[in-house]
Amino acid sequence: MAINWFKYSAPTTFYGLAGKLIPWFAIPAAILFAVGLYIGFAVAPMDAQQGEFYRIIFIHVPASMLSMFLYMVMAGYAALGLIFNTRLSSMMASAVAPTGALFAFISLWTGALWGKPMWGAWWVWDARMTSELILLFLYLGFIALHASIDDPRRADRASALLAIVGSVNVPIIYFSVKWWNTLHQGSTIKFSGTSMHIAMQQAMFTMLAACWLYAIAVTLARVRSIILERERHTKWIAELAEVRS
Amino acid sequence: MKPRQKRFLYIVIAIAAVGIAVGLVLNALKDNVSLYFTPTQVYNKEAPEGRSFRIGGLVEEGSIKREADGLTVNFVITDLHKTLPVVYKGILPDLFKEGKGVVVQGKMEAGGLMRADEVLAKHDENYMPPEAADALKKAETAAAAANSSSAASPSSGTPGAQ
Amino acid sequence: MSLDIWMRENPLTYVWIGSYAVAMLVFVIEIAMVRHKRTLTLQQVRLIHQAEEE
Repeated sequence: MAINWFKYSAPTTFYGLAGKLIPWFAIPAAILFAVGLYIGFAVAPMDAQQGEFYRIIFIHVPASMLSMFLYMVMAGYAALGLIFNTRLSSMMASAVAPTGALFAFISLWTGALWGKPMWGAWWVWDARMTSELILLFLYLGFIALHASIDDPRRADRASALLAIVGSVNVPIIYFSVKWWNTLHQGSTIKFSGTSMHIAMQQAMFTMLAACWLYAIAVTLARVRSIILERERHTKWIAELAEVRS
Repeated sequence: MKPRQKRFLYIVIAIAAVGIAVGLVLNALKDNVSLYFTPTQVYNKEAPEGRSFRIGGLVEEGSIKREADGLTVNFVITDLHKTLPVVYKGILPDLFKEGKGVVVQGKMEAGGLMRADEVLAKHDENYMPPEAADALKKAETAAAAANSSSAASPSSGTPGAQ
Repeated sequence: MSLDIWMRENPLTYVWIGSYAVAMLVFVIEIAMVRHKRTLTLQQVRLIHQAEEE
């Protein structure tokens, strides 16, 4: 363990590190999006039952997975901030939230557009969709609660509690299709493997990787602004090249 | 105990408490959280009477009958134990096919017939090109012909695909 | 009703405009907002430190 991880958990060092890392995530994300879309629309065959409409899956499934994973990341950072009182963890939690909310929105939107031609309805109040909608509201609640409290440290603590308590919802979303009768089909990606044609799988996993990289890049970019804003009165900020110029 | 450990303990207790509370609520609301009832539940009188509810299952093979007006359809929903006849007037979704999953909303009429207001198709989590689906179907028919004594593969939901 | 027919005749257009274009728009808006926030915060921080130096 030669690397001193605590050094990077300080906003001072992380600010520069994040700035250097962003292109390493953003550029591969753009390339993988292009590759994923190419495989998804040019290589992957039509589906036997659903024809062309199933191609929504290449954005729908990655967006849904990201919305759930990012919530756990956000709740994890919020918990770290609450327990260890570290400044950076709470900043990361607030930086992840908007991206998670947007992925939850994309998941619901593309799901509705898929549901209309295939099921015959834009929206049904089944357990999977309702719990995903609750996830979107949890994200929005986190953002709104954080914004409503002026003192950032108190805002961190209050919204962290909301994030942690809300994390109960994530396993409910995942297992809803198993626990109850839903209109939504079961999981395509299971722990035991997938039930999908190989080119369709490649397209979906490429898009999933692209979404991950995109989410990391955009979160790092956002956290840099949050660090700047919250530490604006410190000496190290005053010495930054981009501030002095 | 250090304050840090204390905060950690509070968080664990909070998550556990909320988890248990949500679990209990969802368990109590089990029948309401489920989107639909099965024909067996209707047979066992577990479904509500006198009001609209949803029922889900497979469309029984060979049961779809269209009436002369071209809009009214009669079919039978089965969960492979019990069956239930349905009548519906309206446009059906693309995936509505014999042997496939369906969720129907409507009211029970005297004589055990369900008059549906809404028909939703349910699809499975398997995705494959048409050729693969054809091959799978042929293999299934061949297997069924080979051991015709045993029952044919009951549902289209889990054809051990890939 | 006419939308129902249109989407079945042009499934790929429907998928592209309905889902992928919307998702991309969301991404573009998010990137623009993050960049805007960056320039705004930088300006504010510069102003604060200029005021302190004077």
